[in-house]
Amino acid sequence: MLLEINPLVLPDIGLVFWNTVAFLLLLVVLGKFAWKPILKAINDREQGIEDALARADKMKSELATMQSENEALLAKAREERATLIKEAKETADKMVADAKEKAKAQYDSIVADAQVAINQQKNAALTDVKNQVGALVIEVAEKVLHKELSNKAAQETYINELAEGVKLN
Amino acid sequence: MTFRSIKSLLIKTFSVFSLLLATEAFAGENHTPAPAGAGVEATPATEGHGAKKEGDFNVTETILEHIKDDHSWHLWGHTSIYLPVILKTSKGFEVFSSEKLVDEHHEPAIYKGNFDYKLIKGKTKIVDASGNVDEEASKQLWDFSITKNVASLFVSVFILLVLLLSAAAGYKKTGVKSAPKGLQSFMEPIILFVRDEVAIPNIGAKKAGKYMPFLLTIFFLILINNFLGLIPFFPGGANVSGNIAFTMTLAVFVFIVVNVSANKSYWEHIFWMPGMHWSMKLFLAPIELIGVFTKPISLMIRLFANITAGHILVLSLICLIFIFKTVFASAIAVPFAVFIGLIELLVAFLQAFIFTMLAAMYIGMATEEHHHDAHGEAAHH
Repeated sequence: MLLEINPLVLPDIGLVFWNTVAFLLLLVVLGKFAWKPILKAINDREQGIEDALARADKMKSELATMQSENEALLAKAREERATLIKEAKETADKMVADAKEKAKAQYDSIVADAQVAINQQKNAALTDVKNQVGALVIEVAEKVLHKELSNKAAQETYINELAEGVKLN
Repeated sequence: MTFRSIKSLLIKTFSVFSLLLATEAFAGENHTPAPAGAGVEATPATEGHGAKKEGDFNVTETILEHIKDDHSWHLWGHTSIYLPVILKTSKGFEVFSSEKLVDEHHEPAIYKGNFDYKLIKGKTKIVDASGNVDEEASKQLWDFSITKNVASLFVSVFILLVLLLSAAAGYKKTGVKSAPKGLQSFMEPIILFVRDEVAIPNIGAKKAGKYMPFLLTIFFLILINNFLGLIPFFPGGANVSGNIAFTMTLAVFVFIVVNVSANKSYWEHIFWMPGMHWSMKLFLAPIELIGVFTKPISLMIRLFANITAGHILVLSLICLIFIFKTVFASAIAVPFAVFIGLIELLVAFLQAFIFTMLAAMYIGMATEEHHHDAHGEAAHH
């Protein structure tokens, strides 16, 4: 038999036994005091790194969303400001226009009133002047008549003259 | 220029070497089978001219002596550590120093304990008064001696415990967040290698954690013993991982772990292969069943043969000096031995990796979840 011929392939029970003991000892002792803590530490570290990376990614995406939100807000604010300014400008323009219009209307009415008053005054003045002229005329006419009527012929001539004058008016 | 001369020297050496191999392989044909390729070149040297002219130098014996287990551990010169012999016989246990099994000339001597013990070809046997082996009594003899291999194994266990426990202490001291330091940073890549290249690809990330301690222990035990085996003097020098008892024990552990953790689908694939015709199933079942056993056996033989072959190769090269009986042979033998030694360093790592890799693969195969609906079909037939 091969096993009997070759001493190399014939396992010794002694080594098998001691190897079993040694291996089990190693498995138990190393398993409890070496592999477990080492593997746990490595896993923990890897988990930590993974977590940190995930957190960083999350932060990054959060930052990005925040940034985009900010930008959106900014854009909105800018738009609002533009509209506000536009509206304000419109209101101001309108107010100015209104004021102008009102002022013009007032001015017009004042002018119109003034004109009416002027006309009235003018008329009154004219009437007064006319009255005074009339009175003067009458007074002059009285004096002339007083003087003229003393002379008959001249009286008549004068009446004729007057009459002609009246016609011309 | 130097490179070219080295190259030409290499070529010459190779041709001399291959010539040697060729002639001696031819001469060795009528010789009894050499142990595990124990240097085909070595055996005939003794049988042919070696035995006649050189007399007492026997290459096969010399090499085998270095490959095999021993009861003493040679230190230097004539100094050896005599290891304890532990025997269990029909009369119970008996412990004595192996020094008592050899006389002052280092030849086997009879020790009178509960029985008369004598080393026959390195193995302890019970002999009768005239020195012949008592086969009946020897069958009841169990040798649990602390041999050289066992002692070397204990040394490796001690080294592993010191190395890994202090590495583990590093994690406790520096905490998880900081980078590994010193020994810790040396061990961590190896551990990560076993986890990321061996366990997870074969078993799957979910289940790998359960088998990591087993795989790591196997890997480091083989690795440290491979390395210790490459050291030619104490505390190395033993051929633990090139011993079939060592590889067999580890293979048996793998066998147990694989079969204990095997799930229903694994056994179904062995005994009643799903998705096949019933005749094929009948045909495949015995083949698959044999496969269950050949897997660990292949693990056992691969590691044993690789490490033993490497040792034999180096020893054969060194033996060239003694075969040629000239110191100039060392000009060829030593560089080659160094070269093979470097390859052995690679093999030491590679074999530890392959053993662990295949163990992980077998575990992965046994725990794999199959997703196909061949189960219903199996019920129909």
